[in-house]
Amino acid sequence: MTAVTTPVPDAQPTSALTGRPSGLTSRVRRDLVVGAVVVLVLAAVPFSAPPEIVNALSRILALALLAVSLDLLVGVAGLPSLGHAAPFGIGAYAAGITAKELTTVAPVQLLVAVLAGAGMSAAVGWLVVRSRGTYLLMLTLAVAELFHVLAGRWQDVTGGTNGLVGIPAITLWPGGDPVRLAGYRYWYVLAVAVVGFALVVVVSRSAFGRSLRGIRDNEVRMSSLGYSAFRLKYTVFVLAGAVAGAAGSLWAAQARFVSPTDLGFEVSALALLAVVIGGRGSLWGAVLGTALVFYVRDEIGPLLGGRGQLLLGLVFIAAVFLLPRGFAGLRLPRRRPAGASS
Amino acid sequence: MLITVIDGVALGVLLFTIALGLSLVFGVMDVLNLAHGVLFLGGTYVAVAVLGDGGGSIATLVLAALVALVAGALAGAGLSLVTRPISARGHLDQALLTLGIAFVGADLLSQAFGNEVRSVSPPAALASSVGIAGGSYPVYRLLVIVVGLLLAVAAWYVVERTRVGALVQATVADAPMVRALGVNTTRLVTGVFAAGAALAAFGGVLGAPIISASPGVDTRVLILGLVVVVIGGLGSVSGALVGALLIGQAETLGVSLLPTYASFLTFGTMALVLLLRPAGLLASGRTA
Repeated sequence: MTAVTTPVPDAQPTSALTGRPSGLTSRVRRDLVVGAVVVLVLAAVPFSAPPEIVNALSRILALALLAVSLDLLVGVAGLPSLGHAAPFGIGAYAAGITAKELTTVAPVQLLVAVLAGAGMSAAVGWLVVRSRGTYLLMLTLAVAELFHVLAGRWQDVTGGTNGLVGIPAITLWPGGDPVRLAGYRYWYVLAVAVVGFALVVVVSRSAFGRSLRGIRDNEVRMSSLGYSAFRLKYTVFVLAGAVAGAAGSLWAAQARFVSPTDLGFEVSALALLAVVIGGRGSLWGAVLGTALVFYVRDEIGPLLGGRGQLLLGLVFIAAVFLLPRGFAGLRLPRRRPAGASS
Repeated sequence: MLITVIDGVALGVLLFTIALGLSLVFGVMDVLNLAHGVLFLGGTYVAVAVLGDGGGSIATLVLAALVALVAGALAGAGLSLVTRPISARGHLDQALLTLGIAFVGADLLSQAFGNEVRSVSPPAALASSVGIAGGSYPVYRLLVIVVGLLLAVAAWYVVERTRVGALVQATVADAPMVRALGVNTTRLVTGVFAAGAALAAFGGVLGAPIISASPGVDTRVLILGLVVVVIGGLGSVSGALVGALLIGQAETLGVSLLPTYASFLTFGTMALVLLLRPAGLLASGRTA
């Protein structure tokens, strides 16, 4: 990270004096206002909606944070991963086991899950971020699926295929009351998800984020400018794993049950679908994409009598052919594809 | 112990039928075909449909294999047709498209054949056992090993010793250059896709009496196939065979010796290969 002050090629226009994007302040102000309105609306949901809706929203928020962290990897850094459920599921298991064995205090579980997600990504990333494109997709998928198998077989720790049951309700501070009401739990999930989302947005707009876009668009040029492509990719891989771990702890706190399916292929694939539908690199698009994908799976799927998988398959095919840039692309100008060929 | 090792070889040759197609399609077209596992599963259901629960005769097994080969080749050619228009858009879109097709295919198969495990017994003539090392071993599995190894030799001959094989290898190494030399790579790619898919479906028929047909098999064999490709290297027949035999051992020996940690063994093998030989054990020289 020695050269972070150098203006980055292929990023947004920069002011010659400060090296920062011009018009930043007005953009930040607009985003803060929009963000505050969205958060207020979301925070008001428990006042008017029944608990089932609130719980469904909690789940979607946890998965949205997963999708946003994946978007940081896929859209911003151009590292397509088909195994992002691994740090998510490991975070969920870590949080659930912490809750059962150690403490019900949610922030502690969150911290453990973040460390677990980051640690797993640090170990795996060391090997996989050296590859790119299709090979990276294949590697991440293979690694994640091995963790999936492990979670199903490691009875003593994970509860095997039955899943981790009997996770106690979270408390917000030591000695506090267990949070059982859907609304309070939702507010906790919302608060963590908003902080996580804001963190990813800040990272994506920082000099580091611009370096990542540079790597995505032209790795050779960035390397010749003195950036270490490996170090940048490795850092973002670990960071995305940490955020996915946080999302996993929210999932465990909400569902109070973790099963091997939570780190399975389907979660990875749906998160990737959410990112693609939302528009790679737009971050907010990933949130909308998550809401759509999981609405289709959990609300429309059951109505079709178990044909949810067929419907999702068709959504995948339609998304690839009809929405190549995602929701965000319906309005934004055309950019180079995130995984431009190597 | 010896029985387990032989079981591992049987699983290994089945994995080879999947991994070779994945590896060649990946190599010549740079497409991660996530529908490859469904092709294998489709093959096992062909065996279920043709052989029925009774097992049938050797003739019906051959019939099932022929049906699977033709259906697989058609499916593969179809896959190469639908992925071509978006080939300019990058790997992720192609992978997602094949994933969508895999979801649809898996759903249609489970609609047609139900969600329960459908086991197939081998043809009556091959249902007996022979004595090996003090234990008895099913003849059918030995046959699977022989057929699988013959396939491997045939595939090696085609890829390494014929003109078509040379073109395939050249395309793996540098597709634009092969096009520039006036070769119709589109037709070549469709052919490779069809052959790989046919091989996977054939593997499905062959493996049906060993790996029973049920939803979820597609993902399992796909993942193991990917691990094999990573270990063996892209576009290499001998690499796919060595990788498949290694993973076959890691899976069966691992499950029988250390059931809990078997996936560590598989993963560890892959990690070790990635660390020491990032391009795969017997790669044709290219990583991504």
